[in-house]
Amino acid sequence: MNKPFNNKAWFFVLPVFLLVAISAIIPLMTVVNYSVQDTFGNNVFYWAGTEWFKEVLHSSRFHDALGRNLLFSAIILAIEIPLGIAIALTLPKKGIWVPVCLILMALPLLIPWNVVGTIWQVFGRADIGLLGYTMLKLGVDYNYATKVFDAWATIIVMDVWHWTSLVVLLCYSGLVSIPEAYYQAARIDGASKWKVFKYIQLPKIKRVLLIAVLLRFMDSFMIYTEPFVLTGGGPGNSTTFLSIDLVKTAIGQFDLGPAAAMSIIYFLIVLLLSWVFYTVMENYGAEKPDSRVEQD
Amino acid sequence: MAQITLDNIAHSFDPYPTSEADYALKSIDCQWEDGGAYALLGPSGCGKTTLLNIISGLLTPSNGHVLYNNKDMTLLTPEQRNIAQVFQFPVIYDTMTVAENLAFPLVNRGIERSEIHNRVTDMLQTLELADKADRKAQGLSADEKQKISLGRGLVRYDVNAILFDEPLTVIDPHMKWQLRTKLKSLHEQFEHTMIYVTHDQTEALTFADKVVVMLKGNVLQIGTPEELFDNPAHTFVGYFIGSPGMNILPAKISGKSLKLGSVDMQLNKGYAELTGKTEIGIRPEFVTVTSASEAGSTGMKFDIESIEDVGRQKIVRGKVEGEIVNALIDEDSEIPSEPYAVFNADRICVYQDSFLVNGES
Repeated sequence: MNKPFNNKAWFFVLPVFLLVAISAIIPLMTVVNYSVQDTFGNNVFYWAGTEWFKEVLHSSRFHDALGRNLLFSAIILAIEIPLGIAIALTLPKKGIWVPVCLILMALPLLIPWNVVGTIWQVFGRADIGLLGYTMLKLGVDYNYATKVFDAWATIIVMDVWHWTSLVVLLCYSGLVSIPEAYYQAARIDGASKWKVFKYIQLPKIKRVLLIAVLLRFMDSFMIYTEPFVLTGGGPGNSTTFLSIDLVKTAIGQFDLGPAAAMSIIYFLIVLLLSWVFYTVMENYGAEKPDSRVEQD
Repeated sequence: MAQITLDNIAHSFDPYPTSEADYALKSIDCQWEDGGAYALLGPSGCGKTTLLNIISGLLTPSNGHVLYNNKDMTLLTPEQRNIAQVFQFPVIYDTMTVAENLAFPLVNRGIERSEIHNRVTDMLQTLELADKADRKAQGLSADEKQKISLGRGLVRYDVNAILFDEPLTVIDPHMKWQLRTKLKSLHEQFEHTMIYVTHDQTEALTFADKVVVMLKGNVLQIGTPEELFDNPAHTFVGYFIGSPGMNILPAKISGKSLKLGSVDMQLNKGYAELTGKTEIGIRPEFVTVTSASEAGSTGMKFDIESIEDVGRQKIVRGKVEGEIVNALIDEDSEIPSEPYAVFNADRICVYQDSFLVNGES
């Protein structure tokens, strides 16, 4: 703590600070500004304090949407993470098939969200869509516009199709960086395939997996376009996630105050859950800090 | 524990080798005794790691057979061959503790828990890691990690052989010394057959009972350190072993007489008619530097270019009859103003096309 303090360093941080201020902090403050005031137009504002926050936190509409979001993210992570790891493990490590597989994997990632939504919306229609028609012919009563389960299943399949590749590519990059000697040593130690995965591959891809989990969590928790394009949040309110509800409140009903309060709560939830994921995964399997201090 | 026989081993990484140059290993035949400590020594890319992986079963050779105690093992996996191998870079299981790391190969083989506990406790003592037994292996230093890699091989008392692939590369110099001494004492204690790959002659000569010198996929010589020093089977062995290496000079030989440039000398042994490229080799230790009067008729004018002090001795570098010659002399011996080099005739080796030729006395 006796290090000499050099204030010049602040000048080097200043440009980044200004950039972040303009791009993030100032817009965020506008939202904060809206969240504590009420307006009836004409640019006249009344102080509302924590009124909107209380309202949002106590509204069953918010609770329901939050519940849907949590369920959706949980399903997405539970499917995409194991599936991504499994696909990454089966990809070839060298040879001419590597670029072919990687490009095939990367293709869905290049497609914009709303296009993915439209593709599946058409794909699932019983009159013109291949999937909907096939389901109809197979005798399955599939209709995402009227049945809650079908709508959810369609959105989940859509997301899995769209984003599992990201997990695959991240895990693959982690897997190919494991030196061959680890596998050789494991063979010599007589380790089974499962043990190789548990003790070598999984610990070695832990860091990229953390990034994959965070990215997939944040993205799935902020899902908007797919359900919006598919059913606009329906049938009923069954696929009305926080983001859709937020847009309805802000632009549909023009309730700027509650919408701003909701945005901030939404943002804090994403931040909090990301932090929880990060901390849990970072500390899992790591040495307890006290024993390390003692040894050093 | 096993005697290891390599029967005509050749290996190519190309699935369809067309010429001799495609082979990383070219026809290797040798037999390694049970309980011996062998070092595979050679420059980078000579095929020593390939040979080691063939012995351990990580690689299947293109041709030939690997036998343990006269049983063919060529197509068996490393597990089935029951060998241990330590790699250049320490391999540890990050999420396990030191003790769990050591227990891992035993757990995989379904050995009883009490037995595992005893062996691991023993090994922790031997490796001086007892105080760190319950720490995660992840946070240890490189040499401690390498000790764990080593320990995972040694806890399996019944292994046929322990193979080392340049295991001390990443270790600090003073720890290198300690670990090497440790390896030697472990070898004496357990009497496993040990094979040690290295490109460092000091490591090879101090560790091994017998050194296998390799070059470009061939085994040039297998011998004790003394044999490699006194009678290198190939000019490369002479040059590679020793510091500085053997002096190799082109010469003409007929019977017992030797002609080096313009100088005639007598050898102690007679040689049959030699064809091809004929050379002699003489170790710098057996070259003396004297004055013209003391040199006598066998002295050759020595054009000295540099003198290096290497502790208790000095290396005199120069030319004799236009060829580069190094001499190793005592630190305090005087170098005359007109120096002459004298070769000890007993210590001259004769090479035909780079291979040693034995004379008859």
